Amino acid sequence: MAPALVGTPDVWVILDHEDGVPSKVSLQMLTAARGLAAQAGGAAVAVFCGTGWARAKEVVARFGAAGVLVSESDVFAGYQTGPTVETLAGLIGERHPWGVLFASVPFGKEVAARIGARLGLGVLADAISVAVDGERPVVEHAAFGGSLVVRKTLRSGPYLICLKANAVAAEEAPDRGAPGLEEEQVPASTSDAAKRAVVVERVSTGAAGRPPVDEAAVIVSGGRGLQDPANFSLVEALADELGAGVGASRAAVDAGWYPHSAQVGQTGKTVSPQLYIAVGISGAIQHRAGMQTAKTIVAINQDADSPIFALSDFGVVGDLFEVVPKLTEELRKRRESAG
Amino acid sequence: MEYIQAQMSLTIAVCVKRVPDTAADKILDPSDFTLERDPDESILNPVDEVAVEEALRLKEAHGGEVTVVIAGPETAFKAARKALSMGCDKAIHLSDPLLHGSDAEAIAYALSCVLRRAAYDLILCGSESTDARTSLVPPALAEHLGLPGLCQAKKVEVDGQRVRIHRDRDQGYDVVEAPLPAVVGVNWGANEPRYPSFKGIQSAKNKPVEAVSAADVGIDASRVGLAGSQSEVLGFGARSAERGRILVDDRDGQAHVRLADFLQERKFI
Ligand SMILES: Cc1cc2nc3c(=O)[nH]c(=O)nc-3n(C[C@H](O)[C@H](O)[C@H](O)COP(=O)(O)OP(=O)(O)OC[C@H]3O[C@@H](n4cnc5c(N)ncnc54)[C@H](O)[C@@H]3O)c2cc1C
Ligand SMILES: Nc1ncnc2c1ncn2[C@@H]1O[C@H](COP(=O)(O)O)[C@@H](O)[C@H]1O
Repeated sequence: MAPALVGTPDVWVILDHEDGVPSKVSLQMLTAARGLAAQAGGAAVAVFCGTGWARAKEVVARFGAAGVLVSESDVFAGYQTGPTVETLAGLIGERHPWGVLFASVPFGKEVAARIGARLGLGVLADAISVAVDGERPVVEHAAFGGSLVVRKTLRSGPYLICLKANAVAAEEAPDRGAPGLEEEQVPASTSDAAKRAVVVERVSTGAAGRPPVDEAAVIVSGGRGLQDPANFSLVEALADELGAGVGASRAAVDAGWYPHSAQVGQTGKTVSPQLYIAVGISGAIQHRAGMQTAKTIVAINQDADSPIFALSDFGVVGDLFEVVPKLTEELRKRRESAG
Repeated sequence: MEYIQAQMSLTIAVCVKRVPDTAADKILDPSDFTLERDPDESILNPVDEVAVEEALRLKEAHGGEVTVVIAGPETAFKAARKALSMGCDKAIHLSDPLLHGSDAEAIAYALSCVLRRAAYDLILCGSESTDARTSLVPPALAEHLGLPGLCQAKKVEVDGQRVRIHRDRDQGYDVVEAPLPAVVGVNWGANEPRYPSFKGIQSAKNKPVEAVSAADVGIDASRVGLAGSQSEVLGFGARSAERGRILVDDRDGQAHVRLADFLQERKFI
């Protein structure tokens, strides 16, 4: 696997989107790519596979992509990863960008892993920060339940990097007068081998509207202290006031109070939001494994000796049934008086 | 890997990993940043138990055989032993000093060399490990074997020549189907893993274990180990999150105001 001799110093962003609506991570990746590209001496280039490009275009330009490779086709959604892997591996192998950013969500990681294996490239997954040191990228990644932060790089490019949600704050590009987005159409490649894993059906359940925990910048989580599934409404009301996602401890999930997709911890999601509010959660090590890299941690618990307070920035010792509704109301009042 | 339908029985491999117990202290070897694993403090990767259970249920439903596959040093075999005591039929243990320090892509390549030697209908993995948590191994393994990879499965069904899964998504799932052979990454929720019975634990001791080296399975030594891995660890630190640790008692019923002030200060509202 010879290092790229010819190639571009560009940083590509594989857009994560739902029918043309970019996810938050996509905007964060575009922001990160601008910074990386400036150091690598290239440009931030978005890559769009799927349908609905017209919807994505304006946002992608606003977040500073200098160019975009567009492969508009419904084949991507019809098969699990196959066409995406084949199309992207072809482009990466041919053009050798400096690096490629993927969203560190299951789909993004699967695609990156397969491309890595196909092209003999390394993959840095679950990056919670990304920078350039000399020629190479340096990422940080939380290991062993967030108790250690490991700094890693790859020996040679193109560097495949999966960026976790909220690793960087999304910021629009400052130079609004910049020349328009340069668009290039690229064909989807779809061999028979790429079309073996067929998406037969997409089933949607339950409440959309709140951001999923692995994307949310703010998370309010509930635990066994809620005592009854109906009381999750207290957590949801606070979450909605903050525009937050709702998480749950395993005790709450095992009791059937909330779905596993919301579980935070060693055997659930690992999250790094800006703010994590733990309500009626004791802070067992397996729970901490999923949330201790949050920027700010708040806990509401009636037991002053609860281990969750040891990693909190702000703890309230009190009855959640008192504190949570009053807090939600207080935040609502402040929001309304601020206009 | 050519699939030949001899009879409707499944030849299944399940890949398992040994991970440190979250509750135990983790020590990285400062000389090469690899993990010093205390064998007593390590366990079978929790979600791999779900993969093992799924393999056993598929065998019970369709007939066949389950082989547990593990890559790692001597001490790692404990994890495979647990899978055997749950009911897997036999084990392959890839162990070689050459593998020391392999990253996820290198391990996936090494496992593919082991798995290539037999015609498995289905290769099951856990969806992610609790130590590295990369989830890279199952899809990379599928790629090396040239097979479809169906990951994040919270339900697995085999029907004739095809495997069908429910792929977990936030607020829903996708139904994904592929022809056998295939690699499937099994997620939480697929089943409730059984506990090994006393009889299972006893009989596990006598089940066939094939120990293989890198050379035995044709691994290219330049593609594994610290030197053969693309990723390079530059350093590590304990997570030094300096937490404010402000603690407010709600005895006066006003803690919510202080908390709202705090959230406002930090610009969350
Ligand atoms: C292999 C393994 C994997 C695991 N994975 C996970 C995981 O992914 N995620 C996870 O969360 N756990 C996980 N666990 C379980 C973990 O060990 C704990 O059992 C679990 O996190 C406890 O959940 P909890 O904090 O909601 O419940 P508890 O520990 O019972 O805590 C409830 C808290 O609520 C407080 N409380 C009660 N009433 C009130 C009130 N009125 N007002 C205020 N506070 C109140 C109590 O003081 C207590 O601190 C795992 C365990 C194992 C063995
Ligand atoms: N050393 C290993 N030996 C066997 N299987 C492994 C090994 N490492 C990872 N796996 C499999 O790959 C899955 C995902 O692991 P990871 O990619 O490390 O998150 C695990 O649940 C195992 O099924």
